[in-house]
Amino acid sequence: MNNMSEAAAVHHVHRDDVGSKMGMWLFLFTEVLLFGGMFLVYAVYRFQNQEQFRLAALELNTGIGTLNTVILLTSSLTVALSIAAIQNKNKFLSIVFLNSTLLLALMFMVNKYFEWTTKFAHGIYPGSKELLEKPNGQILFYGLYYVMTGLHGLHVLIGMVILYIIKRQIKKDIITHDNYIRLENSGLYWHLVDLIWIFLFPLFYLIQ
Amino acid sequence: MEHTKKHPGYLTYVLVWMALLVFTSITVTIAGIDLGKYTLLIAMFIAAIKSSLVINVFMHIRFEEKIFKVFLLLSGMTLLIIFVLTFSDFLFR
Repeated sequence: MNNMSEAAAVHHVHRDDVGSKMGMWLFLFTEVLLFGGMFLVYAVYRFQNQEQFRLAALELNTGIGTLNTVILLTSSLTVALSIAAIQNKNKFLSIVFLNSTLLLALMFMVNKYFEWTTKFAHGIYPGSKELLEKPNGQILFYGLYYVMTGLHGLHVLIGMVILYIIKRQIKKDIITHDNYIRLENSGLYWHLVDLIWIFLFPLFYLIQ
Repeated sequence: MEHTKKHPGYLTYVLVWMALLVFTSITVTIAGIDLGKYTLLIAMFIAAIKSSLVINVFMHIRFEEKIFKVFLLLSGMTLLIIFVLTFSDFLFR
């Protein structure tokens, strides 16, 4: 018995979950700086073109933006619940929650698809003739809209791939109730994607 | 278990999620009211509250060791400095 717990303790020291999580947080900060640069560009251009930003934002669908906010917040909840489930040694529930997250992420992307294709159908996309006829401020608004929500959407897709891999690893017992740092770190990534959306949503969809 | 650190349970997460939804509906409702220059300020304030809920509870920062809070503070300050310097250049050039 004693030997076993000693072996477990040694195993624990070598794994260094805290260090692993620190690495993840450092990576997240580089992500924050990546998006932070874009938010900075947005802030300056919005300050310069307040009226044009307001007019351009009226074209965006607040309903679909709100729906996607609710979807993404809920997907963050299910990731958090998935971690809680594995801590409670409930492998089945953990997988169910991760599946919910994947489903919600898919819903988010489907909404995004419809939102963007509707914009394309109205001739609003970077470099389009109709967009280039608009005042400069509106061109900037839509440029930022496509780049920022596009990069965010890319993060959602990457997050989906990561969470799918994590789900497989839980199924195969590679991730277990006493070794779930990968699930935690992937969860951190997912929450960051949610965090960025928390700011993107009012800045693009809720301008009055 | 040898770990004594407390993990939040299911209920905590669900409550935080409900709070996040409430703040979302508040920010959408306020956006419909014309408050002039305060609209953006209020929207950003609510976004900040929502972020702090996500960071503290969903991302476990509240339950982590101190070093993680130092990390967070440093990166937040870095971002703030970048914004302040850029705007002071932009506004007073």
